[in-house]
Amino acid sequence: MSIDWAWIGSHFDDMWAATTEHLTLTFIAVSLGLVVAMALSLVALRWRSTYGPITWFTGILYTIPSLALFTFFIPFFGLSLITAQIALVSYTLLILIRNIVAGIDGVPDAVIESARGMGMTERGVFLGVQVPLAMPVIIAGIRIATVSTIGLVTVTSLIGQGGYGVFILRGIRRQFLTETLVGTLLSVALAVVADLLLVALERRVTPWRRRREAV
Amino acid sequence: MEAPEGGGVIDFLGEVGAWLGDPANWTGRSGVPNRLWEHVAVAGVALVVAGIVALPTGVALGHRGRGGVLAVSAVNIGRAIPSFGIVGIAFPITLALGLSPLGYWATLVALVALALPPMFVNAYTGVGQTDPALVEAARGMGMTERQVLTGVELPLALPVIMAGIRTAAVEVVATATLGAVVGFGGLGRFIIDGFAQRKFEEVFVGGVAVALLAIVTETTLGWVQRRTDHTRPPRNGRVPQPLDVDDVIDAVPVG
Repeated sequence: MSIDWAWIGSHFDDMWAATTEHLTLTFIAVSLGLVVAMALSLVALRWRSTYGPITWFTGILYTIPSLALFTFFIPFFGLSLITAQIALVSYTLLILIRNIVAGIDGVPDAVIESARGMGMTERGVFLGVQVPLAMPVIIAGIRIATVSTIGLVTVTSLIGQGGYGVFILRGIRRQFLTETLVGTLLSVALAVVADLLLVALERRVTPWRRRREAV
Repeated sequence: MEAPEGGGVIDFLGEVGAWLGDPANWTGRSGVPNRLWEHVAVAGVALVVAGIVALPTGVALGHRGRGGVLAVSAVNIGRAIPSFGIVGIAFPITLALGLSPLGYWATLVALVALALPPMFVNAYTGVGQTDPALVEAARGMGMTERQVLTGVELPLALPVIMAGIRTAAVEVVATATLGAVVGFGGLGRFIIDGFAQRKFEEVFVGGVAVALLAIVTETTLGWVQRRTDHTRPPRNGRVPQPLDVDDVIDAVPVG
């Protein structure tokens, strides 16, 4: 039970290929999740009574274990990218919707009143004031969704998808700890890097916060 | 690999019905009742072991207000480490230790590791976030440190501690499914064996069973958690609460 450094040294190409696959699977899931979550959040913000049912339903999706959720779509789509993505997207929804709605709700009334008083349209207030001010909370949601998705993508190797999970699965099947460990650690590293990049993005889209910190 | 043969969804549901109607799938070692029992038992043992370790530690550190860095790291690392990887790493370790049956121990070790962070963090935060004025008032009344802890801090922290146990339980029930990959039984066996034999109706039944078990766990413990919460006003409406990156773990996507 020791680390096989020679194996690691000779598999950098595989690791790079797996990184690309893992990132692609994650990026598709979080992007699609964001689109669906934005649509559902707009519905919840427009018709308040739908917020409860929407979070209830996405909460149930969130509770279902990933391997189980994959199996529900195999009869329809086989062991395919679609099956994997339906499940991955489902998991991002609750986190994203909660944070989008809470972020928009958290904008102080006084700020909204001032914007209206300046003659901004409702649309202008929403896109120009509420959404930008909600960005830190929304990005906090995207960070959690991204880090969680990177971990979940490892399970998609069981339904024939690529990424770091392939190392974990092969390591288990061949009882080769090095390969499993490499898959796990690369997944953690990717999650940390993605999280740091999103922190950097948050700082970019909220320049007023930085200025306030500087004073 | 293509979708199951026979094409139509109706045909497929017929196969599922036939599987469910076969008495062989309901008796013996590989029957549904035994697999369900294996699943629940390993999850239960993992939760008890993790609770014995994590809850007293979290409560003690929260009471003294120490170990905040540990708590935040536990949240972040807990979220970033893939549970599938933990199962995979636990496998050769239990193999090296010569523990038997192998699949059971590998799964148990992984599940304990998964249950520790949410339990510790919620115990720590729950006790640590007690209103300082209340603690001061309790001390001013002449309560001993022990009385402050058991009479004030713990009752107020109970809902948060329960939320940690609930999160850990749902996560453990979900990840126990992956134990089938390392040779453990449980409901995951139907999914993994079904894949291997291209019996997709069996995969589907396993998936539904696991999903139902997770939802029942979440719902039951959610109900218990609300019962412990005497501070919350009844029916406080639906005020959306954002999740923060360093937040108390209240919900974690699973396995």
